[in-house]
Amino acid sequence: MNTASKLALMASVVLVFFGVLLLVLWLAGKSKGKWQTPLARLIFLGPAVVLVTVGLVVPALQTFLLSFKNAGGKKVVGFQNYAWIFTTPDNRTFLINTALWILITPIFSTALGLTLALLLDRMKRESLPKALIFMPMAISFVGASIIWNLVYQYRDPTVTDTQVGLLSAFVMKLGWANPPNWLLWQPWNNFLLMVIMIWIQTGFAMVVLSAAVKAIPTEITEAAMLDGATGWKLFQKVTVPMIRGTLVVVLTTIAIGVLKVFDIVRTMTNGNFGTQVVANEMYAQSFVQFDYGRGSALAVVLFVAVVPLIVYNVTQLRKEQSIR
Amino acid sequence: MSVETGGLTAKVEETLATAPADHGGMSSALRRNLSSPWATALVVFIAVMWTIPTLGLLVTSLRPAADANSTGWWTAFGNPSFTLSNYSEVLNGGDTIPGGIAPYFINSFVISIPAAIIPLVLACMAAYALAWVPFRFSNAVFLAIFALQVVPLQMALLPLLKLFNLGWGLGSVTLIPPIKSLPILGSLASSGGGSFAPLWIAHTMFALPLAIFLIHNFISQLPKDLFEAARVDGASHFLIFTRLVLPLSVPAIASFAIFQFLWVWNDLLVGLTFAGGTVDVAPITVYLSNIQGTYGAQLHLVTAGAFIAIVVPLCVFFALQRFFVRGLLAGSVKG
Repeated sequence: MNTASKLALMASVVLVFFGVLLLVLWLAGKSKGKWQTPLARLIFLGPAVVLVTVGLVVPALQTFLLSFKNAGGKKVVGFQNYAWIFTTPDNRTFLINTALWILITPIFSTALGLTLALLLDRMKRESLPKALIFMPMAISFVGASIIWNLVYQYRDPTVTDTQVGLLSAFVMKLGWANPPNWLLWQPWNNFLLMVIMIWIQTGFAMVVLSAAVKAIPTEITEAAMLDGATGWKLFQKVTVPMIRGTLVVVLTTIAIGVLKVFDIVRTMTNGNFGTQVVANEMYAQSFVQFDYGRGSALAVVLFVAVVPLIVYNVTQLRKEQSIR
Repeated sequence: MSVETGGLTAKVEETLATAPADHGGMSSALRRNLSSPWATALVVFIAVMWTIPTLGLLVTSLRPAADANSTGWWTAFGNPSFTLSNYSEVLNGGDTIPGGIAPYFINSFVISIPAAIIPLVLACMAAYALAWVPFRFSNAVFLAIFALQVVPLQMALLPLLKLFNLGWGLGSVTLIPPIKSLPILGSLASSGGGSFAPLWIAHTMFALPLAIFLIHNFISQLPKDLFEAARVDGASHFLIFTRLVLPLSVPAIASFAIFQFLWVWNDLLVGLTFAGGTVDVAPITVYLSNIQGTYGAQLHLVTAGAFIAIVVPLCVFFALQRFFVRGLLAGSVKG
């Protein structure tokens, strides 16, 4: 297909969609009397409910069932796939890595975001730095991986004098004569990959926390300052308690995102060199090994890990709102 | 009801709404007193640090191949030598990368625009029905849709792929035919066998829970009198929807449209699963991920390709920052 026919296809799909929709709405608008309201419900709600059921509810149930079957999805094997996940020694790598990702990335992003939010609060022209720090959120994980791949480029210093990667050049300037090949440097390469996620998520944490910090009533801060609270004490006793709910939401939101991220690992190392995580292993098992049983079991593990985070997130918000 | 279940969105909307307060009144006077050169210097330092990696990408993509692969990009400032030839090679293909990125760039648009519009319209309709045409189970339906946000995409991929390829039925009765045998959508497949239809449908399905939730939050807050007056005047639900609800919901629609467009544009997982790697339908992220694997050593080309891919979101970001921030924050739990 050439460009013109692709664009024509896109335009016609959108036009047909609107055409059908308007026709249905127009025809249904002609209906009178007691049928009008039930008809409206059916037409307005029907498509969404059908799509969500076919696209999410049924597939999620099927995945759950598949997780108890063998590679081809024919024979029931009980909990064998789950046992494989948690008892195979090789799998410890991606389990431990995922745990590290969930612990480290949200904490670092949130801490940095909070620091920035507090600093921004003391700044006059904050919009440009704010935009620059938030910008990575607009970039795809794949794009971010390529950006950071450039930072982590490695040339053997015993072979060449010039370094292409920023990190190598920087640490060599600082006096580290023979830095490692960053992406192969186990287990530290995991942390280098996390840096990419932190780079992306800090802007998110900053924007949300900055809004929360600005929402602290000035009277409270002033009263605390009149009482002699400054610096660290003000931060510890006033700022943090006032924004605790937002802090929790930011932490859990980033944790949820981290749990499901696979783009960074796939693009940077494809899970090699001890950097595998659950989400990428799930993709590899399902679409490279074609072991649907194990792939599905890993998806269920992701689901089970995400649920408490989201539930906690939502209850925290409700609690916040009921106080106010 | 929507206030109670507002979730992150309500929180974010609320905090964003209070954000402009920093530009006036007493708090601004207090802040001026607090403003410190150290804080400013530290923020500027971090902002520069945060920008350097992206700057490195841009500079590398503009350097001649030999330079880009043998010296660090920062040396280009001392010894300027720039070219656009990497871009022409990566766009249209050349000696190293056959084919080029241009078709994938187009594919991303062809995927993203319908995949943003269609779920948005369907979500507006559903949200209106749930908010203003209530029935006995409407609360339950809304909560069920809200809860579906918990399901990771990964849970739906395999069965959905199978459904699109093989259809679904009970025994010998086909209830849902495979996409390729559907009347209109099936004929959209290219000669290579790839089709955009699975991508559009999958993205629509995955977008709906969040979209319905966000737009419901907005629509349910519209004044009740408005709808009652319109009903008394004899307006049908369909008239109310097109003439009242849609025009009034523009802010919510714009935020979600931008969020969803960028989500689809930046998505790798759905693209990889439903498009494969074919030049006919694969989005730019899939192509980038592949050339990073195959031609990762050709820094000048990979960086040019990546910049082409990120320039669209960056333009949207700088042009529509306010909507963008709102939409991104509201949607940050998606996926």
